[in-house]
Amino acid sequence: MMISCEKAATICNKAQYREATFFEILKLKFHVLICKTCAKFSKQNTAFTSLCEKANLRSLSEQDKLKMKQELNKGH
Amino acid sequence: MRIVSVNSVTFNQHQKSMAIHKLQPDTWVDNYGDYLFNFAVGRVSDSEIAKDLVSETFLAGLKSAKNYKGEAAERTWLIAILKRKVIDYYRKINSKKGKAEVRVNYSSPSNPEGDWLEERVADPYSMLENSAMENEELGLAIQECIAKLPKKQSMVFTMKTIQGISTEDICNELGINPSNLWVMIHRARTALMGCLNQNWF
Repeated sequence: MMISCEKAATICNKAQYREATFFEILKLKFHVLICKTCAKFSKQNTAFTSLCEKANLRSLSEQDKLKMKQELNKGH
Repeated sequence: MRIVSVNSVTFNQHQKSMAIHKLQPDTWVDNYGDYLFNFAVGRVSDSEIAKDLVSETFLAGLKSAKNYKGEAAERTWLIAILKRKVIDYYRKINSKKGKAEVRVNYSSPSNPEGDWLEERVADPYSMLENSAMENEELGLAIQECIAKLPKKQSMVFTMKTIQGISTEDICNELGINPSNLWVMIHRARTALMGCLNQNWF
């Protein structure tokens, strides 16, 4: 039942994108109970996710960027 | 890229003493594209218009590259151009609108409360404006940190977190496997948390 810290971190990251399975989350919770380092990471990681949500981040798509680069090159 | 070398030569001739900042238009889109885009979206709140403004900013930057004195950092200089573009944009849409009637009234005529200025001041208990500003700052801070990541990490992180593309699609598009993706996500997130740590946690 005990998983490695590395595995715990991966599950924690997946959980940030709601892609961890129920069983994985169970394993993570169990690990976090014992491992203080992972508990801290998990907490910070979750806080980071909510910061990202709060910030209302936007980004240009790769196509848009490509188009801009081409325009810039034309301008050269 | 010819212009870069030409630029840096003229730049060096002019300012041998303080050659700190140099323009590198090739890297603009990757390094500052999203940052400028977030800034623009905050001002015009329409992503299509914001995109055009960013695009125009880059072209204007290229055109006036010879005026760049190297005093400000590249990004600051581009933001200054973008600000002008935003102002120009508002001027343009204002001139299009009917100029005939400009009515300045503090409240609607049907409002029995009258025109007292005191009734129109911002609600001191409202935190809305503040938090909107704070969130914009936060967004720019995150973009700044993302720009510092290695290209591949920033790409994976942006696709996953900001664009919300599924793991499977990202893997197909970039030709990586899921465990690769999660390693990159982990590195990106750890680096970003470290970068933001001083100010935001």
